[in-house]
Amino acid sequence: MTVSIRIPTVLRPQTGGSASVAFDGATIGEVLGAMVAAHPGLAGQVFSADGSLHKFVNIYVNDDDVRYTGGLETPVADGDEVTILPAVAGGAA
Amino acid sequence: MYQSVLDLVGETPIVDVSALSPNPNVRILAKLEGRNPAGSVKDRIAKNLIEAAERDGLLIPGAPDQVLIEPSSGNTGIGLAMVCKLKGYHLKVVMPANVSIERRQLLLVWGAEIIESPGSEGSNGAVRMAHQLAEAHPEWVFLYQYANPANPEAHYRTTGPEIFRDVPDITHFVAGLGTSGTLMGVGKYLKEQNPAIQLWAIEPPSGEMVDGLRNLDDGYIPPVFTDNHGAELLDRKTVVRPRESLEWTRKMIDVGLFVGISSGAIMAGAVRCASLIPQGESATIVTIACDDGWKYLSTGAWTDDLDEVVERAKRIIYF
Repeated sequence: MTVSIRIPTVLRPQTGGSASVAFDGATIGEVLGAMVAAHPGLAGQVFSADGSLHKFVNIYVNDDDVRYTGGLETPVADGDEVTILPAVAGGAA
Repeated sequence: MYQSVLDLVGETPIVDVSALSPNPNVRILAKLEGRNPAGSVKDRIAKNLIEAAERDGLLIPGAPDQVLIEPSSGNTGIGLAMVCKLKGYHLKVVMPANVSIERRQLLLVWGAEIIESPGSEGSNGAVRMAHQLAEAHPEWVFLYQYANPANPEAHYRTTGPEIFRDVPDITHFVAGLGTSGTLMGVGKYLKEQNPAIQLWAIEPPSGEMVDGLRNLDDGYIPPVFTDNHGAELLDRKTVVRPRESLEWTRKMIDVGLFVGISSGAIMAGAVRCASLIPQGESATIVTIACDDGWKYLSTGAWTDDLDEVVERAKRIIYF
């Protein structure tokens, strides 16, 4: 299962400037694991020390936040689009 | 006959917009918050934030020279400015530079003072600057909508009960996530009435546009969200991007609704929700139309080429 991952501006220094990368995995946890293995600078930005998602990062599979769809166990399929977004103060305020 | 414009806050109508539903077994209903006196759902929290501060003695009705400071990308500031005008308080709003011109003008209409924060830092920058100014001026009252329990409380006491009274067979509530006050307040009330009701949060891809972040440790989660255990309360959180938001803002015209761009985003989320209801099941989705379209005319949202407006929307705060 190869999925593409959109990298937000704030994390692009860790991907050599790439706005999009692609990795394999059956779950979002596996895909992100492969991503940080290839781009070690992302490890501390995406994961906490205990291996859970960093408090201030939101991961979306096809625009759904994975915290509400099974966390790192959320399955992914070929062609899925993953988006990484930093948690920031939203609009609507 | 009403004694004050403040008595006109709330009790907004709900209208059936199921003509836009992709699923014939799913009804979609929109609560029209643009009918509030200063034009948005935020009038509810503006009134409650000020009244709570008066009850707590932070603000004294009728006393001279009382100053409030608040970070807002628009609607809360406009609601607060209207309430402050009626009550004689002076309001300073810290607002990112890249909001629509109408939002700025409305703040000035109601007599508020605007302090600009860098547009590239988005709402994060406005929150940070408001904190700094409030610390430097302890004599100013900082209501801080992102952390004030009077924010979700306004929705727990008014918006939630109105929805459940008008639509007792509601199965899903879909609303925007900013301070999270609407979803936390309405969501808590609805789950108390019927724990099976599903809560969907819709958000813009704000973090994609903010380029003032150094790293993720600069992130921000509103205290209202964590204080109310938002991660446990919500059932789903989904991003709606500018193009889809604008497309649905335009489609809402077909059912007679001229609403703001965040309402289009939330409608897009409701349509996504409706399309996921399994065949043979029925559902009733209630969404929030946060405000009307007037404040966004200058963006060309309805009249200009869609591709151009999408590009423009990536640079302004519209949610």
